[in-house]
Amino acid sequence: MEYLGKLFMILLSTLLVNNFVLSRFLGICPFLGVSKKVSTALGMGAAVTFVMALASLITYIIQYAILQALGLEYLQTIAFILVIAALVQFVEMVIQKTSPTLYQALGVYLPLITTNCAVLGVAIINIQEGYDLLQTLINGTGAALGFTLALVLMAGIRERLELSDIPEPLKGFPITLITAGLMSVAFLGFQGLIK
Amino acid sequence: MKLLKIIKNGIITENPTFRLVLGMCPTLAVTTAAANGIGMGLATAFVLIFSNLVVSLLKDFIPKQVRIPAYIVIAATFVTVVDMIMEAYFPVLYKSLGLFIPLIVVNCIILGRAEAFASKNTPLASVADGIGMGIGFTLSLTLLGIIRELLGAGTIFGVKVMPQAFNPAVIMILPPGAFITLGLLLGLLNKLTAKTE
Repeated sequence: MEYLGKLFMILLSTLLVNNFVLSRFLGICPFLGVSKKVSTALGMGAAVTFVMALASLITYIIQYAILQALGLEYLQTIAFILVIAALVQFVEMVIQKTSPTLYQALGVYLPLITTNCAVLGVAIINIQEGYDLLQTLINGTGAALGFTLALVLMAGIRERLELSDIPEPLKGFPITLITAGLMSVAFLGFQGLIK
Repeated sequence: MKLLKIIKNGIITENPTFRLVLGMCPTLAVTTAAANGIGMGLATAFVLIFSNLVVSLLKDFIPKQVRIPAYIVIAATFVTVVDMIMEAYFPVLYKSLGLFIPLIVVNCIILGRAEAFASKNTPLASVADGIGMGIGFTLSLTLLGIIRELLGAGTIFGVKVMPQAFNPAVIMILPPGAFITLGLLLGLLNKLTAKTE
């Protein structure tokens, strides 16, 4: 029971308290880049969730079964990024073969995920925190869902911003960043949830 | 002369943070203090200069189809070097930058310059581009760090500059401060450049 409680805590913490985008600053590029429409934000979120959960799992196995077993921990960065790049490529091919509709929806965003620092970030955090396999999986999925949540919220706000009267110099990136800042203030409210 | 122009291009004309809006994650995350900004900027500049150099030297040998993985491996190699050097010689800075040192490898600036500049230019010009972009990135990060540290803690590089009566706005060193400061700075810059044009 205690273990289950800990799993829940990890999920809650990574989803809300330490939201990847709004408090850890991971995955800002896609957050700013693909948050113009809710539908594309959802697509991107789904692709990232899939890749992050898989990447968490595989990097965990690589770290403990290969790098640590052979005493090659210093190769962590290189090994992880290669695995993630290969994984993204693989996921892209599988989706293309099995579900052309999903592939069409995600198409453009899939290759971009390799350079999404949230993916490499979550893999490294999993190792740093010393999570076991199940915790790693929960943390990876939770982080990705948190990313999706922030992305979709932002897209919803931006769809409305389109119609409002914004001072000329603030159009585009500046207003998006300020909006993100205000969202981040709101997420600070979750701080007290976990000690 | 041409090299100087390339360096100036990286610092001002195509400043990676304020003009190209690349590498946002480290920009926002580590600029809680001016010293962190400099540290992160220099670490990134180091990786950028050497990855630009190597990419440019190897540009004729790397097959076009696998160039992106090749660039990533080259960048990851130098990131590992920086990671080890910082852990050994700057343990305090290493600790405060934490996760963001290994994450230099996925900084879009590195891959962006490899693809847009180093793969098309001579090694010397690529190094100049790395230096220019590196300085530009370091300056922007330091500027952000100074503003946030000043308003959030009343200090600059750890030295107290604000009067006793100043009540630090802690929110500036918390995550929201990063987004808002950068947003306002970008807006200000847009306003200033719109006037001169």
